[in-house]
Amino acid sequence: MTIWHILLGRLTWSSLAFVRAWRDPTLSELIGAAAAAIAVGGAVVLFGLLTYLRAWRYLWSEWLTSLDHKRIGIMYMVFAGVMLARALIEAVVIRTQQAIAINNQGIVGPEHFAELFSTHGTIMVFFVGMPLLIGLMNYVMPLQIGSRDVAFPYLNSISLWLTIGGGIMMMASLVVGKFSTGGWSGYPPYTELAFNGGVGPDYWIWSVSLSSLGALMTGINFAVTIYKFRAPGMTWMRLPLFTWTSLCTSILMIFAVPPLTIATLMLAADRYLGMHFFTNDLGGNMMNFVNLFWLFGHPEVYILILPPFGVYSEVVSAYSSKELYGYTSLVIATMAIAILSFTVWLHHFFTMGQSAPINAFFGIATMLIGIPTGVKIYDWIWTMFWGEVRLNTAMLFSIGFMVTFVIGGMSGIILATPPVDYMVHNTLFLIAHFHNMLIPGMLYGVIAGYYYWFPKAFGFRLSEKWGRRTFFCFFVGFYLAFMPLYVMGLGGVARRSQELFDPTLRPWTIVAEIGALLLFTGLACIFIQLYVSIKQRHQTRVPVGDPWDARGLEWSMSAPPPEYNFAVIPQVSRRDAFYWRKKYDGAYRPADHYRDIELPKNSMCGILVGMGLTACFFGFVWHIWWLAFLGFAVAFGTAVVRSFNRDVNRVIPAAEVAAHDRRWLDRAAAARPIPRHLELTPENEGLAKWQG
Amino acid sequence: MNISPSLRRDFLTYALGYGLAIVLTGISFAFVFYRLLVPQAVFGVVLFLAVIQIVVHMRCFLHISLKQSARSDLQLILFSTLIIILMVGGTLIVVLDQNARMM
Amino acid sequence: MAGVTEPELRHAGLNLSDDPREVREHVESDVFGFWVFLMSDAVMFACLFAVYATVRHATAGGPTAADEFKFHSAIWETGLLLTSSFTYGMVSISMKHTRGRLWIAAFIVVTFCVGAGFLKMEAHDFVTMFHDGATPERSGYFSCFFVLVGMHGFHVFSGLVWMILMGIQLAVFGPDERTKVNLIRLGLFWHFLDVIWVVIFSVVYLQGLIR
Ligand code: HEM
Ligand SMILES: [Cu+2]
Repeated sequence: MTIWHILLGRLTWSSLAFVRAWRDPTLSELIGAAAAAIAVGGAVVLFGLLTYLRAWRYLWSEWLTSLDHKRIGIMYMVFAGVMLARALIEAVVIRTQQAIAINNQGIVGPEHFAELFSTHGTIMVFFVGMPLLIGLMNYVMPLQIGSRDVAFPYLNSISLWLTIGGGIMMMASLVVGKFSTGGWSGYPPYTELAFNGGVGPDYWIWSVSLSSLGALMTGINFAVTIYKFRAPGMTWMRLPLFTWTSLCTSILMIFAVPPLTIATLMLAADRYLGMHFFTNDLGGNMMNFVNLFWLFGHPEVYILILPPFGVYSEVVSAYSSKELYGYTSLVIATMAIAILSFTVWLHHFFTMGQSAPINAFFGIATMLIGIPTGVKIYDWIWTMFWGEVRLNTAMLFSIGFMVTFVIGGMSGIILATPPVDYMVHNTLFLIAHFHNMLIPGMLYGVIAGYYYWFPKAFGFRLSEKWGRRTFFCFFVGFYLAFMPLYVMGLGGVARRSQELFDPTLRPWTIVAEIGALLLFTGLACIFIQLYVSIKQRHQTRVPVGDPWDARGLEWSMSAPPPEYNFAVIPQVSRRDAFYWRKKYDGAYRPADHYRDIELPKNSMCGILVGMGLTACFFGFVWHIWWLAFLGFAVAFGTAVVRSFNRDVNRVIPAAEVAAHDRRWLDRAAAARPIPRHLELTPENEGLAKWQG
Repeated sequence: MNISPSLRRDFLTYALGYGLAIVLTGISFAFVFYRLLVPQAVFGVVLFLAVIQIVVHMRCFLHISLKQSARSDLQLILFSTLIIILMVGGTLIVVLDQNARMM
Repeated sequence: MAGVTEPELRHAGLNLSDDPREVREHVESDVFGFWVFLMSDAVMFACLFAVYATVRHATAGGPTAADEFKFHSAIWETGLLLTSSFTYGMVSISMKHTRGRLWIAAFIVVTFCVGAGFLKMEAHDFVTMFHDGATPERSGYFSCFFVLVGMHGFHVFSGLVWMILMGIQLAVFGPDERTKVNLIRLGLFWHFLDVIWVVIFSVVYLQGLIR
């Protein structure tokens, strides 16, 4: 064993994408090198820019070490946005490949293509979907329940940095080594040592582990927050629906992540220690992986969809200016979905050899989920009925969701019929199904929520014009990109095909390609919207904090909110607490007396623990044992040292709180109340006119 | 050193838990060691005793009770039990069925 | 705070009746959060048990459970773990009834020693099994056996490390609020490991030894 081997483990020159492209300059390798160049270049530009702007200190002390749930939420969203950009580019490459590679090699080789769909899927689920939603929940949920922070702010920071660490690892896999070719579900025995000796599956195992560890801790954190940190009077049936869905999602995270942990742990044991959980010989059984993976995987898809359901509930009610229709049924439906989602995992492997009655049972259980979901759709429609509906960006996305999501649900029911599933399992039909759920369901929801809560978080509104353009791209883009996949899937085209052989498919693949490009344009529109909105922020400021005449507690403070959220913890007596306060003239009133507020101090422990574990896992991937040990030591040491620190809180004096509150109240008193139909005009300062 | 009634009570709870745990474990081991029944039945007894012992641990060591005060913990444990039953039961049914069909 | 009632603070070991209400609420949620973690951990163990049950016969012609398990070490290990649970109970009682840090520390030391004894026996078991060729690489069955029992052992090990840390904290800070909360959590953790062990000796050891 040479010294290099000890120092660098399995790393060699040809691990570097650039070196590979230099030695073997095929188009596929060049594309790989270009991607690596973007990753490295992006990092360099970012570092350069931050240094140039002298923003490091600010970034470090105000953001990276912050334990404020609002800042952590925003960091989650920013991180997810970056990952979304990458994964969407990969999607375009995938579609381009399938559009071109009909009876020819296309632009990327089979290995590279497999890497692409594996990273695309892994990123979209673990580093886009979950962080976007966790970010949103982080920001909004404590505000909605009248709390100053989440239950465990320090844990929150660790979760964030673990998730980001996983993302860093995904990015690193572009530059050094190759990612797994086993798909986002990483089925063995293909991902076992015998067939996949490289670092690919190890990258998958460890980056997913980082993300799922973060998600698990977030789940615990949020569940405890909602259980124990509600404002007085905020009883269960007064919780806003987004909080309800956050609770159910947290519960799903707490209970669904362990099977994934076990599945990846066992795969790692096979790969690193020569064990035989899922190997072909000596008693291994790959079905155990499949089973464990989907024990996690199905609840996971509901982790991704429940919070958006909550967003739609809030958005539809606010922009219809009506109480949410069927609140109780929505709560029950949410819980029913959460529990049912633990009873249907087998529908992901109907075709893998169990007896027919078992398939039948799980098929029926799966179809049952359609019922509560249908209930929800009706509730939203009834909420709009006779309301004062404003068709702004968020509402467009919500309505687009309702129309499109139903189609996806239908295709889900089709797939849930075992004999039919035998025909279309693992075809493009399945791909169309779940994108039909995830894009109109999850992504539209996040965009709607982003548009809705952005003014609260930053104090100014987003550009409506660019919002509409975004909607156009995402709506039309989705249909163009995925409806052809239903057709091709019914025609029997297998998913994950690097090359197609039937020329009559070409029109469909080209339409899908256009759709993918349109979706990508949609993402560009989001970034442009942000840029434009920042430029125009002087005309769109809403400092008083209630730009949409909305109903929940999160609208009852200034925008952006003070770091302690509530000057005094509100007393809640009804659902839609802020609405009733406005009605009975209780909003915008000073408190009787203000008290000192205790908040956690910033801490760099979160980032140290997160990055330490990331380094540790990176060491595992490359068999660089000293790095693994060092990373672990840093993480563990930090946790221990922190546990000896008793001085973790700081106090904001009552006078300061009072002064801030008074300033805000003066601002509110000076503002002109705005009727709803003018809420998109510069007149809107965030004070809504009472219209009942 | 004065021993207050509440200290006495707390101590007795732990002592009771310890005693019951030892006895239950003992019975379990005895059933296997002395082959008191046919194998399947022995395993049934062992599982049954294990469940009882878990309840004892929960009650005496982990202080879970049916009192109003322990509600959120109890709810949590019951829900977890449900999930565990679903996962373990489902896995056994599914994978053992697959195994059987491989024979 | 909603849903929190006064007598909810029943965890043995807590004696916070003079502390302000806010402190108690925080303690409440800290302990509850740990419960949630434990339940997640329980699901993880449950998955391991489920896999174990499916590979019970996957010995691939190698050694079987009945060849390898020893009745007496299973009994002794169980006895040690149960005893350590009891002695940790004494830690909680000393804390609750303010018996001073010496009592607390003494019982932690006792618990540590008994727990370490358990680990030593378990390690010894593993080593003899390795000598017999019953290694994790030998068969799917032993892969699962070692990961399942090893996972429990790893938890016990973590508990021991935690005890050392708590001993130091006790020396530095005395039984202040944070230390108390962590001692309560450690207690939950330790008793929880006992519960897992009950399932292990029933499902793994006893089932393996039934004939
Ligand atoms: C009425 C509701 C739903 C039904 C009946 C349903 C049914 C199904 C079925 C039967 C499959 C397996 C198909 C196969 O592999 O052949 C499947 C796959 C999938 N579903 Fe759904 N589903 C529903 C809702 C959702 C939702 C809400 C999401 C996500 C937000 C989702 C995401 C997925 C994903 C990601 C896969 C495929 C995973 C893979 O194999 O890579 N589904 N669905
Ligand atoms: Cu599913």
